[in-house]
This record gives sequence, structure tokens and C-alpha cells, in this order.
Amino acid sequence: MLRYLAQRLGQAAVIVAIVAAITFALIHLAPGDPFSAVMDNPNVSETVRQTLRAQYGLDRPLPEQFVRYVNLLAHGQLGWSISNQRPVLEVLASALPNTLLLMGVALAGSFTLGILIALIQVARRGSIIDHTLSGISLFFFSMPDFWLAILTLLAFTYWLPLFPVGGAVDVMHEYMGLWGRFVDRLYHLALPALTLTLLASAVVTRYQRAALLDVLPADYIRTARLKGLTEREILRRHALRNALLPIISLVGLSFPALLTGAFFVEKIFAWPGMGYAVMSAIGTRDYQLVVGGVIIGSIMVTLGSLLSDLLYAWADPRLRSH
Amino acid sequence: MPGQIQDSAATRLARPRESPLALGVRRILRRPSSRVAFFVLGVIVLVGLLAPLIAPYNPSAQPDIVGLKGLPPSFAHPFGTDPYSRDVLSRVIYGARLSLMIGVLATIVSLTVGVAYGAISGYAGGFLDAVMMRVLDAFLSIPRLLLLIGALVAWPRLSISALVVFLGLTGWFGLSRIVRGQVLALKHAEFVTAAQALGASRRRILWRHLLPNLVSPIVVAATLGVAHVIVLEAGLSYLGIGVQPPLASWGNIINDGADQPAALWWMSLFPGLFMVLTVMTLNILGEALRDAYERR
Amino acid sequence: MTAPLLSIRDLHTSFYTESGVARAVDGVSFDIGAGETLGIVGESGCGKSVTALSILRLIQPPGRIETGSVIEFEGKNLVTLDDAEIRDIRGNRISMIFQEPMSALNPVFTVGDQVAEVARVHAGMSRRDAWERAVEMLELTGMPDAEARARQYPHQLSGGMRQRVLIAMALMMKPALVIADEPTTALDVTIQAQILDLLVDLQKKIGTSILMITHDLGVIAETTSRVIVMYAGEVVEQAEVDELFAKPHHPYTEGLMHSMPHIGHDQERLNVIPGTVPAPTEWPTGCRFRERCPYSWELCEKEHPPLYQIGTGHVSRCHLAIEPERRNNPHPPLVVEAGVAAA
Repeated sequence: MLRYLAQRLGQAAVIVAIVAAITFALIHLAPGDPFSAVMDNPNVSETVRQTLRAQYGLDRPLPEQFVRYVNLLAHGQLGWSISNQRPVLEVLASALPNTLLLMGVALAGSFTLGILIALIQVARRGSIIDHTLSGISLFFFSMPDFWLAILTLLAFTYWLPLFPVGGAVDVMHEYMGLWGRFVDRLYHLALPALTLTLLASAVVTRYQRAALLDVLPADYIRTARLKGLTEREILRRHALRNALLPIISLVGLSFPALLTGAFFVEKIFAWPGMGYAVMSAIGTRDYQLVVGGVIIGSIMVTLGSLLSDLLYAWADPRLRSH
Repeated sequence: MPGQIQDSAATRLARPRESPLALGVRRILRRPSSRVAFFVLGVIVLVGLLAPLIAPYNPSAQPDIVGLKGLPPSFAHPFGTDPYSRDVLSRVIYGARLSLMIGVLATIVSLTVGVAYGAISGYAGGFLDAVMMRVLDAFLSIPRLLLLIGALVAWPRLSISALVVFLGLTGWFGLSRIVRGQVLALKHAEFVTAAQALGASRRRILWRHLLPNLVSPIVVAATLGVAHVIVLEAGLSYLGIGVQPPLASWGNIINDGADQPAALWWMSLFPGLFMVLTVMTLNILGEALRDAYERR
Repeated sequence: MTAPLLSIRDLHTSFYTESGVARAVDGVSFDIGAGETLGIVGESGCGKSVTALSILRLIQPPGRIETGSVIEFEGKNLVTLDDAEIRDIRGNRISMIFQEPMSALNPVFTVGDQVAEVARVHAGMSRRDAWERAVEMLELTGMPDAEARARQYPHQLSGGMRQRVLIAMALMMKPALVIADEPTTALDVTIQAQILDLLVDLQKKIGTSILMITHDLGVIAETTSRVIVMYAGEVVEQAEVDELFAKPHHPYTEGLMHSMPHIGHDQERLNVIPGTVPAPTEWPTGCRFRERCPYSWELCEKEHPPLYQIGTGHVSRCHLAIEPERRNNPHPPLVVEAGVAAA
């Protein structure tokens, strides 16, 4: 197991290095001087400018710039955000926990909901309920993330004013007691989390339903039937346990979509996460921040897929004993 | 069938073979859901193609800047007007045309790059293959939207063709893996060695046998790919870095109404509905095709 | 005469497919007595497995046990029982062992858990009690180091050991009947012998009846006391095992016997029965074996033969019973093969 972990970490490092190369290429292929936005901006102090010029070696040949770039990345230097007047890493690092909270809740919620619905569908496969649920999940699956977010916003903050319009906390947050603050956070988290959960559940449901149907014709299911188990017990105990394995891979696979969805949801609900920062950076053409977001995003996806693979190796007894 | 006279190999070959595309389409049309999806998609495509003929107004026309600003749906303007006094229905119709076109063209780019990359990687093997696959993994680890944002923000003013190219260049990863798999499987297939013994060149054999096997994954990837691009382009246009106004795309119509989402609700609702409808039909067809080919 | 344990009368099981209705089991009747081992032998496609699955109502759509079929067991007709009642019987009063021990066990649970599950379901035992009984059962099947093995997963056991697990599972509730569908086909020859000996041994110890389904005449010879030969969805011959081997009546049975290679005899070519089994969607009229039979004549095409009584406890579905002299005039079979008709 440890060997596998080491192997995967090595692969992950290679991938992040290549991502760095890709972003470096992007920065330098784009028209104009990559750092001109920072350098020519009158609001940026001279000390910052000097530091950046020295660190990135802006007057050096390209290969040397690349080496410096990778080196700086490895030390956490992601550039300077002109719209925030702070280092990119600082902006993103402070926003990251909010994104992780949102994604975490959506991940847990979508997998729970998705597996439940898939079980219902398979227990009644071919029925009206099955077809209807398939149609609904296809509907949500085909929906652009931002559209659902807008509709949810309209539905539950304007037409049915049940939830706050945006942000993570109320204006009066600091004046609320401990319990009040907790509820306030939940209150603000509710809609963005709900939206992201719905979007992700659609994927999980379809995947899990297919996985269950794949498992049902197996010989060991027939053995379970021979033992006199009810169809429900067979589904819940024997089929599900095996069909959960591919779902674990789905955790890693759904990270990119989950991240993208979180970005849109954060923008529309003004949820102060990494996505909100990057989306705002688009408007202000704060390129360093955008690129920083790309790098952090890809690191998250790589780690997510690594975690998911490790989880799979632990969960499948066939792999565990090797 | 046992008990009957067996076909000789010769008679079997003489029977005309159906192209895989025709076979797939015929199979999926057996399902009622595919038939409905086909029909609906056909209507939408037709709307896009005939946009100049059926749009009630010019989508960029602003006949009355003050009087027609931001009106809710009415008889004269079934989808209302936008803050720039343009008729939303016409913009949605032209949006269909543009979004579909971008979807198709970008997917063609993706397919081409994907097949080429996968084929080269699989055929070359060894170190080159390993490197190409690692690069592919790296691209896959960057969420497609992020990659596009990273690219598009750097280029401030992009033409539609450039947008198409960028979209295409970010959508070929999955297909290239499939193609590479096919090439590898063929490389080691026994009949290749056998055919070589008969004097055929390796390259010729691979070419002859590769393409028929690729048709089904390509068709499936194309259908689902167009769906993805439509959603992606809408997202980018909504963020302001996709299709730029006054050109109309479903995404940027929603963006135009984004400042007052409640007051201008028709600008969010209608383009979105069309988007979902189009993407749903493409997904239904793409998955039906995938099932049909797998059953073989 | 004591009443039989299981009595199948006029069983019809059909599959409704796109290419037609396949009558996999087309009017099969036989009895199994208490404590006896009955063998069913036949080629693949003759309906023996479907018969077995029908007993436990494991036929799924598009398959169906037709109305009118009767499977009498312990005073009930298994065909008409409701779901809860048939579940009560499965694994409890009648159990089954399959051919593929590789895939018949759930890969994510320990083998001990899977064997114990039977007792938890039927006897409502606690986890611990069921586990203990499972280990006992595994020991009974000759599993070395049963306590430790029970904690292992299926992929950690060899094929022979997995089959022992399945046997233990089948015998947990000391059922009245065990159906064994090709239990040794997927195993090595040396293990085959061990498993067969085990089955015979356990049968004596526990007193269950065994329905042994196989295509292997060697297995029949070793383990059974009575044999049924099936072909094309029907019973074509039934006899005590010694009688069947000494005096096979039906030409199909004859063919099966002759196709067995004999150690010590020099043979240039293996004897085969020419032709193949007809498709279950289109059983031929008259005798279904007619096209492959070296003795067939016009009667065989016109009249579907009933089960003629040949001797005590020996029946055969062949018109040779009324015109036995035709056996002296064999002719090449009527079936046409691509290329050469076999000698």
C-alpha cells in the first residue's frame, strides 16, 4: 500500500510540474508582456515591482525564467494580485477554506442523495418511478451550472424570500452569539450548497444506477438469491457493496466538475471562496490571480484523484491484501 | 444456426455491410426516447439554420432605445426585450444558430486533435507514448473551464474562430485515450502479424483496421462533445469572455440580464430552457448511441 | 413404496425472446426419493440446468415456468408458492451448488460471513452463533484450518476450496435436497475426485438427496444410483445407473456412451454424435433426435415417441421399443454438415 502511495505521489508531482509548464506557456504565449498588467499599474508599489522583477528574472532568457517560475511555485510564490493588492497565494489561501466547505458539503450530500435515488430506481427498475427519476437526473445533468444557480437564487431569495441573497455571513454577524453565528453561517451556506449538491447528485445517480445494474447479473447475486434473501436485502447488502467501488473512483473523477460548479455557484451567490476570487479577477483582468487559480485548482483535482484511488485500494479487499 | 446448411465464408463476405453510423442510428431510433430527442434536436437545428428567415426582428436592432428597454414578455415580444432594447426571442433564435455552430466546429477540432494525438501516441509507443500520456494527464487535471478561463483572459479580444479553436483544443483528451487504446490493441493483435507475413505493411494494416473500429467512439464522442461545448461556451459567454455582444449566444443573453436577475427574469429563463433542451437531446442521443454500439 | 421427496410433473419452462419462444424444458417429469442421488445427464442446451433452476423458481423474465407445471415438495407445489414461501425453501430445505466457484462468491465479504449468512437468514441466529456453525460446516467439508480460512476473502482461496465453501453454504441448514449443477466441471481433475467424494460422504452423514446434473458420464457412474438422460428439453431415458451403462436403450444414450474415450483402447478418432442440438425455438416434429439417429425411420418423423417401458425402472423415449429389429440396420444420419457428413 505504501509503495502504491509513493508511486502515486510521484506521478502527481510530475503532473503538477507539467501543469506549471502549461501555465508558463500560456502566460508567455499571450499577447503583450505577461507582467505588464502588474508592472505598468501605477497602484503597485515600487518595492513590489522590484521584488517581482528580481524573482521572476523578467529580463532573463526564457528557459531561465521557466526554472525560476517553477522554483517560485514550489515555494508558494504565485504572483501579485493587482485587484487585491496582495500576493496571489494569500488571496487564494484565505478563500480556499470556504470553497472546501462548500465542496465538502456538496460532495457528502450529492453522494448520499445520489446513492439513495439510484437504489430506489434499481429496486423498481422499469417502472414509472424509475423513468421519471432518470428524466429528472438527466435534466439536472444537462443544465449549465450557472443557470441552476441563477434560478435557485431567483426562486428562493426573490420570489420566495427565504434565504439571504449572498455572502457567507450577515452584516451583523459579529454581534450574534455563538449559536447565532453558527445558524447564520448555515443560513448563508444553504442555497449555494443545495445548488451544487443538486448538480452533483445528477451525476452520482446516473453512475450508481449503471453500476448497480452492472452488478446484478453477477453469479454471486444468484448465490445470494439461492440463500433465500429478499430482493431488497440482496440489493442493499450484496449488490450495493460491490457497486460502491466504482463510485469511489467517481469521487476523484467528479472533482473537476465539482470545482467548476463551485466556481459558478460562488460567483452567483457571492460566496467568498476561491471561485469568487477568480471569477472577480476575470472582470478586472487580474491575470496573475487567474493563473494562480488554475494552478491551485489543478493541484486540488490531482490530490482529489489521488485520495480517491487510495480509498479504492483500501475498500476493495482484492487490492488490500496485495 | 445448428441443423441448417452453413454459410460458406464467401457468401458471408458478399453480403453488403452497413456503415457503422447507419447501424447506430437505425438501432437507436428503435427507442421512443431517442425518436423524440432526434425530432426535438432537429427542430432546434432547423431554427438555427433558418434564423434569418424566422426571427421576427433583427437581433441587434435597437429601434427605440428608451421605449423598448427591458420589457417583459408580450405579444409583440414573446420573450421580452433586453436592457439594450433588443428583442430577446430573435436573439435566442440567433443564439441557437451561433451556439450550435460553435459546438459543432469546436467538436470537429477536438475530434481531429484527439484522433491524431491518440494514434501517434499509441503507434509510437515507448518513451514518446509515456511522455504524451503524462502530458495528457496534466491537461486532464485542469478543469476545462479553468483552462479556458486561463487562456481567454490572456487574449483580450477574440474572434469567434479563435474561440472555436480554444474550445476545440481543450476537448480532445478523452477521445485520444480511446484511440490510443484501439491502436495498442491492434498493434498486438495476431492477425496483424499474420497479414504482415502475407506482405502487407504494418502501417497499411493498422490504417485499414483502425478506422472502422474508431467510428463508434468518434460518433459518441462527437454527440456528447457538442453538448459539452454548448454548456461551456454558454458559461464563458456568461462570464464575458466567450461570445461578445452584439453577437447573440445563449450565454451572453443571460449575462446581459444578470445585473437585475429578478426584474429581467425572462432573460435568464428562456435562453436557459433552450440550452437545457438542446443538451438533453444531445445527451439522450449520445448515450443511446453508446449503448447501441456496446451491445455489438 | 415411500412417497418421493420431490415430484416433478409435466414441467414446461419457456423463454420468450426476440427470436421466438424457446421451450427449454418441454414436459419433464421425474421423482427424487429421500436419501437418493439422482443424476441428470445431457449436452449443454438440453434443459438440465433450466430444470434445476425451475425447481427453486430462479427463472427470470423473459423466462417463465408455464402454468400446469407441478413441482411437489413436502406437500406444496413449488411453482405456485408466493415469494416469501419460496425464499423460505431456498438455502433451507432445498439448496444448490453451481459450476463456477470462482464467481459464485461475493468478492467483498469473507467466506465465513457468506456461509454464516444462511443461518442468520433462516434460523435467525446471532452473528456469533452463525459464525461458529459456519466454521463447523467448513470443517465438515474438509477445509484445512477452517477457522482461519473463514476470515479470508474468496480471492485468497483456490478453486477447490471455494467449492467447499459453496458446499458448506448449501448444507448449513441440513436441507432435504441439494441440487449440484456441474459442481466439478470448472475444477482440476484431481480436485474433482475429492469434491465428488466429499459430496457422497456428506450425503451419507446428513442424509440429503442429491440431484447431480452433469454432462460427464464418469461423474454419473461414481456418484449416482439412478440416471435421467435429457435431450432437447425432454427426458429421453431413465434407468438405474448400472442398467443404463450395461444396456442403454435410446440411441442418444448409446452415442454418449460410445463417445467416452476408454483408457487402454487404441482409437484413431474420437467417436462423436454427428450434428448438433436443434434450436430450442424450433424443436423438430416427431422424435427430436431423429436427424442424428442411425436407426430412424418414417415413424420417427410422424410420431413423437412417448416414454416406453423397457424394464423395471427403465424407460426410453424411442420407437425402437416397438421395432427393436431396426437396430440391426443402422444408416448414416440425416443431418447435413458443412463439408463432410461424419462416418
